[in-house]
Amino acid sequence: MSTVRLRGFGHRHAGRRRWAVRGVDLEIPHGERVALLGPSGAGKSTLLAALAGLLPPDSGEREGGIEIDGADPRDARAGTGIVFQDPQSQLVMERAGDDVAFGLENRGTPPDQIPALVDAALRRVGFPYGPRRSTGALSGGEQQRLALAGALVTRPGLLLLDEPTANLDPAGAALVRQVLAGIEDTTQIIVEHRIAELAGQLDRVIVLEPGGGIRADGPPEQVFAEHGDQLAADGVWVPGHPVPAHPARTTPGDTLLRTESLSYRPVLRDLDAVTVRAAEALAVLGPNGAGKSTLALLLGGLLAPTGGRVTATPELAGADHTTPPHKWRAPALARRIGSVFQNPEHQFVTAKVRDELALGAARPERTDELLQRLRLDALAEANPHTLSGGEQRRLSVATALAAAPRLLILDEPTFGQDRRTWAELVALLAQLRDEGHGVVAVTHDADFLTALNARELRLAAPPLAAV
Amino acid sequence: MNRTAPIADPAAVLARRNPVAKLAAAASFALALVISLDPVAPGIALAVELAAVPLFGIRYRALARRAWPLLVSVLGAVVTLFLFAADRQHILTDALALGLRIVAVALPGVLVFATTDPTDLADALVQNARLSPRFAIGTLAAWRLVPLLGQEWQLINAARRARGVDPGRNPAARLRLFASATFTLLVGAIRRGTRLASAMDARGFDSGAPRTSARRQRFTAVDAAFVAASTALAAGAVTVSVLTGAFHPVFS
Repeated sequence: MSTVRLRGFGHRHAGRRRWAVRGVDLEIPHGERVALLGPSGAGKSTLLAALAGLLPPDSGEREGGIEIDGADPRDARAGTGIVFQDPQSQLVMERAGDDVAFGLENRGTPPDQIPALVDAALRRVGFPYGPRRSTGALSGGEQQRLALAGALVTRPGLLLLDEPTANLDPAGAALVRQVLAGIEDTTQIIVEHRIAELAGQLDRVIVLEPGGGIRADGPPEQVFAEHGDQLAADGVWVPGHPVPAHPARTTPGDTLLRTESLSYRPVLRDLDAVTVRAAEALAVLGPNGAGKSTLALLLGGLLAPTGGRVTATPELAGADHTTPPHKWRAPALARRIGSVFQNPEHQFVTAKVRDELALGAARPERTDELLQRLRLDALAEANPHTLSGGEQRRLSVATALAAAPRLLILDEPTFGQDRRTWAELVALLAQLRDEGHGVVAVTHDADFLTALNARELRLAAPPLAAV
Repeated sequence: MNRTAPIADPAAVLARRNPVAKLAAAASFALALVISLDPVAPGIALAVELAAVPLFGIRYRALARRAWPLLVSVLGAVVTLFLFAADRQHILTDALALGLRIVAVALPGVLVFATTDPTDLADALVQNARLSPRFAIGTLAAWRLVPLLGQEWQLINAARRARGVDPGRNPAARLRLFASATFTLLVGAIRRGTRLASAMDARGFDSGAPRTSARRQRFTAVDAAFVAASTALAAGAVTVSVLTGAFHPVFS
């Protein structure tokens, strides 16, 4: 159990002019479950890092007070646990049980007590395997539950959660929420975009003001009733604020691509024929490991199938329709099929946002227009790698559009996006669809599917032998 | 194919040895072979090593599959040396001696890593060799991220093709593309490494408090005997080479 107290707290990262967070007065009594909200850049993650004791004195400038049970967070670290967004980069050990034991070893727990504590923590999060299970063989949701077990095993009084479900599919996110709801004796502070599903298990919602201070603080229903509209406009997924739908204005047009008994071993086997049409959105669904991303690469001409074929129609490829897309030269491919990858950083080739858009552009004079349309004009001279997650996502879509391809293929375009970026992306894709482009999206996002009125292609779970 | 996963029967008598003992035994062979340039010492050492392979619980066929890149590169070195030598008289024996040495030095390393779980190695380095946990456990954690780099590299190059970037046959353009893909790979690796470091920090790693270990690694009398026997065999190989008059030290 931990009480958190902040008095006029502020932190400015070393080398930055702007304060990441400032003027925060807060008191969180022990056992409370709190969500920390605010638009991107309001300093939520910085505040969590400060509470976790992860901001050493040389990391920047601090003002005001921050205390956990009367102590500086750096001295209270033994009583604090934190879980981050990306499961891959917070698991330390190869075997599940060893990973949970890691925090105990670091605190000098006697070795004979460790196995029982590890087993108890694994049971607490409902971990379905034994302690010798390889951490690399777990799904994202299972890895995140393991990370929770690793944080809970030391019985922290304060549990900090930095977007713990943002990288998970809906089933994985539900598993994590279920574990959090079952934790009784710990103060919880959570930062999360998708707050609607979580609202039922919260005692309190605190909204940070980007310029400094706190905008709202109270029970979830009250805060959402009074500030819901503003929060939704700022990008928070507030309950009771449905996203706008974009039903198709035209009927599906000509076929652009079709596949025949496509295989890419061992991930995909003899897939039923798929047809991709102009002026239609096609959503590729299915559980983790079903081969959705592989199908996106195959359709995008970026991977040679091991069996079956992908055929382009003359409508898409003109005289080139006799060769399969994976054999086209890269510039010809980019003019016909644009691909947007899950990680935007994989796609960046140049050192400036403007150059990124000019590269391979069908009409370079339209670069400024595209920059404006995706709210990137102020960042035209910035390095793409320094942009925020939402900005990078917008840029990666913009670069695929620059070559004006007839077909656009996107892998999880809405993963971890705030509501504002999400709505802009969906509106843009709906417009492309209505202009006669084909849109294919691999997605777990039910809202996305509904908003775009997409045709569904559901891939089956992988055969058990392949897991 | 995963070149680091154990391929051995973990119950085999030498596979079960303490990882630090295995490293020490491999080091004794390496040391003995770098001081001598003749073909006799590495020949004997290689024979001893090959004879020990079954004791590590490894079948020769599995070993050949794991070690073939080594054999190919050694063959390349031998052929190159032979073709470009000015003095054809002695070069064949010199080239063969060099090839034997490379294989005889590398094989113990292959055996150690093929029979040792990385977690056990890190534990033993901390507990039996008194290495700092910051180094051993830190390296182990980073090691887990290495396979991700291979997948990442493929995706980065697919993404470049999707952007319409095609260097064609122009070597300068190829080099530029390679440099930019490497940069992207490094940016991602540093991001992930930084996140992993904060996650470890948050879980109390390297906080200055005394650390315990959940898994016990023991360095037994059998391990000590194994190291002693390896050292004796390595020394024996050099002794035979001296007695036969073949010994040709590096510094002479």
